[in-house]
Amino acid sequence: MPKKIENVGCPYCGVCCDDLVVTVSDDGKQILEVENACAIGNQIFHHATGSERVRLPRLRQPDGTYKDISYDEAVDYAAKVLHNAKKPLIYGFGSTNCEGMAAAAKVAEKAGAVLDNCASICHGSSFLAIFDNGYPSCTLGETKNRADVIVYWGANPAHAHPRHMSRYSIFPRGFFTGKGHKSRKIIVIDPRHTDTAQVADIYLQVKQGHDYDLFDAFRTAARGHEIPEEVAGIKRERILEVVEIMKKARFGTIFYGMGLCHSDGRNHNVDIAISLTRDLNDFTKWTIMAMRGHYNITGPGAVWSWQYGFPYCLDLTKRDIAHMNPGETSSVDLAMRDEVDAFFNVGTDAGAHFPIEAVKHLKKHPWITVDPNICMASEISDLHIPVGVVGVEVPGIVYRMDNVPIQYRKVIDPPEGVISDEELFERIHKRLCELEAEEAAKGPAKATPAGVRAEE
Amino acid sequence: MSELLIRNGFVFDPLQGIKGDRMDIGVKDGKIVEPGTLKNAKTIDAAGMTVMAGGVDIHSHVVGPKVNVGRLFRPEDKLFKSPYKSPTCSRMEMGSSVPSTFKTGYDYARMGYVFVNEAAMPPLHSPHVHEEIRDTPIIDNAAMPVFGNNWFTLEYLKNNEIENNAAYTAWLLRATRGFGIKVVNPGGSEAWGWGLNCVNIHDPVPYFDITPAEIVKGLIETNEFLGLPHSVHLHCNNLGNPGNYVDTIESLKLAEGYAPKNDFGREQVLHLTHLQFHSYGGDSWGNFESRAKDVMDYVNAHDNLTFDMGQVTLDETTTMTADGPFEHHLCSLNHLKWANVDVELETAAGVVPYIYSPKVKVCTIQWAVGLELALFSKDMMRTFITTDHPNAGPFTRYPQVITWLMSRAARDETMKTFKWLDKTIDATSIDSIDRELDLYEIAQMTRAGPAKALGISNTYGGLAPGMDADIAVYALNPENMPSDPTDIEKAFSRCAWLVKDGIVTVRDGEVIAEPAKRTVWVDVKVPENAQVQRDIYEHFLRHYSVKLDNYSLFDEHLHNPRVIEVDTTQ
Repeated sequence: MPKKIENVGCPYCGVCCDDLVVTVSDDGKQILEVENACAIGNQIFHHATGSERVRLPRLRQPDGTYKDISYDEAVDYAAKVLHNAKKPLIYGFGSTNCEGMAAAAKVAEKAGAVLDNCASICHGSSFLAIFDNGYPSCTLGETKNRADVIVYWGANPAHAHPRHMSRYSIFPRGFFTGKGHKSRKIIVIDPRHTDTAQVADIYLQVKQGHDYDLFDAFRTAARGHEIPEEVAGIKRERILEVVEIMKKARFGTIFYGMGLCHSDGRNHNVDIAISLTRDLNDFTKWTIMAMRGHYNITGPGAVWSWQYGFPYCLDLTKRDIAHMNPGETSSVDLAMRDEVDAFFNVGTDAGAHFPIEAVKHLKKHPWITVDPNICMASEISDLHIPVGVVGVEVPGIVYRMDNVPIQYRKVIDPPEGVISDEELFERIHKRLCELEAEEAAKGPAKATPAGVRAEE
Repeated sequence: MSELLIRNGFVFDPLQGIKGDRMDIGVKDGKIVEPGTLKNAKTIDAAGMTVMAGGVDIHSHVVGPKVNVGRLFRPEDKLFKSPYKSPTCSRMEMGSSVPSTFKTGYDYARMGYVFVNEAAMPPLHSPHVHEEIRDTPIIDNAAMPVFGNNWFTLEYLKNNEIENNAAYTAWLLRATRGFGIKVVNPGGSEAWGWGLNCVNIHDPVPYFDITPAEIVKGLIETNEFLGLPHSVHLHCNNLGNPGNYVDTIESLKLAEGYAPKNDFGREQVLHLTHLQFHSYGGDSWGNFESRAKDVMDYVNAHDNLTFDMGQVTLDETTTMTADGPFEHHLCSLNHLKWANVDVELETAAGVVPYIYSPKVKVCTIQWAVGLELALFSKDMMRTFITTDHPNAGPFTRYPQVITWLMSRAARDETMKTFKWLDKTIDATSIDSIDRELDLYEIAQMTRAGPAKALGISNTYGGLAPGMDADIAVYALNPENMPSDPTDIEKAFSRCAWLVKDGIVTVRDGEVIAEPAKRTVWVDVKVPENAQVQRDIYEHFLRHYSVKLDNYSLFDEHLHNPRVIEVDTTQ
């Protein structure tokens, strides 16, 4: 009898749907059916058992081909790369669990590496704005139960977060929103008339790159001051109309995406979005939320904040104190300046996402990819270490886009012999400690840095 | 396992009434034993030093989502303020007002603490809390889920269904692996869902139509119905505002007529947390003044109450509370960055950085209010030292707070730095108080008292045979106390020795071992309750954004648990 597993979390996007029902074959080896998931989430489950998987680490040979090696050999290779490098970079983590992130941080601290996650090329500008201005937010259930006005700004959930609108924002019937869609006003602001814009009650086609101007007009109008005839391609009357709706809302949420944090203005766009939210709280209740991309890209920001106090761009190379300075310690900038001499790509695809110049620099040095799948990064690596797919073969905690932790399950076993990110990094850590001990035994120990304790 | 003998120290153990007697303490297999039973013990020479049980913190925000927001959004709290990694510790230590989990564990251990009660856990976020507990070394942790704005609780209490509320409470404690009933701004944080607040204890909660007073009384009844180790742990309404002592005393009066019912030696029915923030007079910041005397007159006369100070330490810090409307109010006062998280069906939270400056009159009055509360207290077993970490100051300032309490000279020294000294003296009684506490009273306030109030005094907070071998030794000679009060602070900042679970963990103020830490939680057996089960099912089906089966903490995410069992079915 095939077995149905309920309440399964989906390892695709930051919506973190946890209502999937997965049917697994009698022998527990095949995924037969996935219910409730969007097309993309569905594909992730089927891909795990439906295609040929890499089952052993693969090491690049002098002739350019890959040769299968054991996990022990791969761990030894990875540990030696880290041990010998002066400034290794460990980057990625959009698609793994928090247990893996914690273990990777332990390795990075031991090895004196730079530790960074995909926020570096994504919502990193949101962090900069949050550092400056805070983050008045809420959990997604609050939006579902209370919100009567929803704003999507520079975000297109219809494609990027397929079930966001139906689970949390536009369509669901919540406690104080029993009429669902009918009780809500939907405002979409985007230079493109996206599929999300199609469900909007009000669509504002902001002039490309002029989001900041429009926010400014909103803030000015909300405070009752004069605004020009037209701002960012939007007529004054239209702006005043929207501001009135926002001020009269019982509860509103602004969801914003890459359209703000990666168009002109970047962190300043997010900053003024937060300021608008703060202003609106003088009239009624408003919240704001970043549409975080991958299902657990919120995770490294959380884990590394409690471990080091910084969400991304962590320079641990000093080994006794952490340092964060995006621009200096961010992955792409480090790579462009050719400052790192070893690269770990974990649970992401830097081969596809980084500028080609950055990839070329990184490629001069040892490049290790840790990922269940074949991707551009795995194909240009010196070593590819496959791991189990989190949410399908490996359980663990992930953080939804609203920072709510969701406990993911496993529905099938990983291919025989394939280990988890967490186990892999724990083994690398152990090997690193051995290498250090061996070196210490050989000669006089490295002098410990003579730091002064700050409180003394 | 190894044996240990701590020889010849001056022992202070209020749970046994030991007041500085010169004694030996024996340790075997992680427990305290009669020294005579040891055969081959390693010896720690504590001659001329003070020996106490490991410290117990009843109220501190150390793990969980709002603490982590405080870490994430304040990179400036790390810059030039983090120490270099200690070569004897396994991990780096970052942050100052909101330290990393590792720094939290190490710093508490250095001060001789072994148990810290996380003051507010949003139930929905319990997996996060337990992940951080895993990464907080050495100290045992418990965490209290918040109930005062929870929709289930509001509905049951409105209908006077104490038994149903008790069944739900038991379920939620189990689901979150929580410790007790925390109440933050009852009703007010739910009102904050609409940008509103409950301005006094009789101001009804929008829609739910129940008053904060009814919520508190209902939860006290629930707590005693279940017989939990700890009492209701209350953060009163109207925190931080001039004139709020009236609301505070009204809140205290809610406990009248209730007596504790439990098997854990707890004698209070209500714990008032960070009372300093709730003891203000005046009606504006202009005529802001201390009303600590009025509040303490009431507390002293009523045995069924305990409180902790929430002492302002005059530092730059990060305020964080489940009192969402208060944080919004605070950011409109200081105009700094503001983070807020409303949590569906349960609670809210806000985080705002804050600078308590000796140059600001309100801050120095707040400083005096906290100390007055403790110095007016007649029962130090009901009076506990906290800074409501990190709200009134970081927990690393406890040694400073102890010093202020033990030394009039230390208080005078600090008051010399006040810009508005005369106005501060006019608005408070601090200058007329000469009382100086002794080491026995400090042991009451930092170990025995909090352990008893938490209902864990059979395990923590004392040195009787059979208890956990958690022992702190401080380089202080009670027969020859230092003339310079800063030496008292130094001794409490870095204990000479800390033994945790029988393992020597700190020596000369440095962490030298990281013994396994525990998660302490309370498992309550209640009769099956079909209505509550149905209500839970319904709310998760319709209103939560996560599935019921994914809400309760999975066993694999609970780390090294120590369960306290309560059986109400007998």
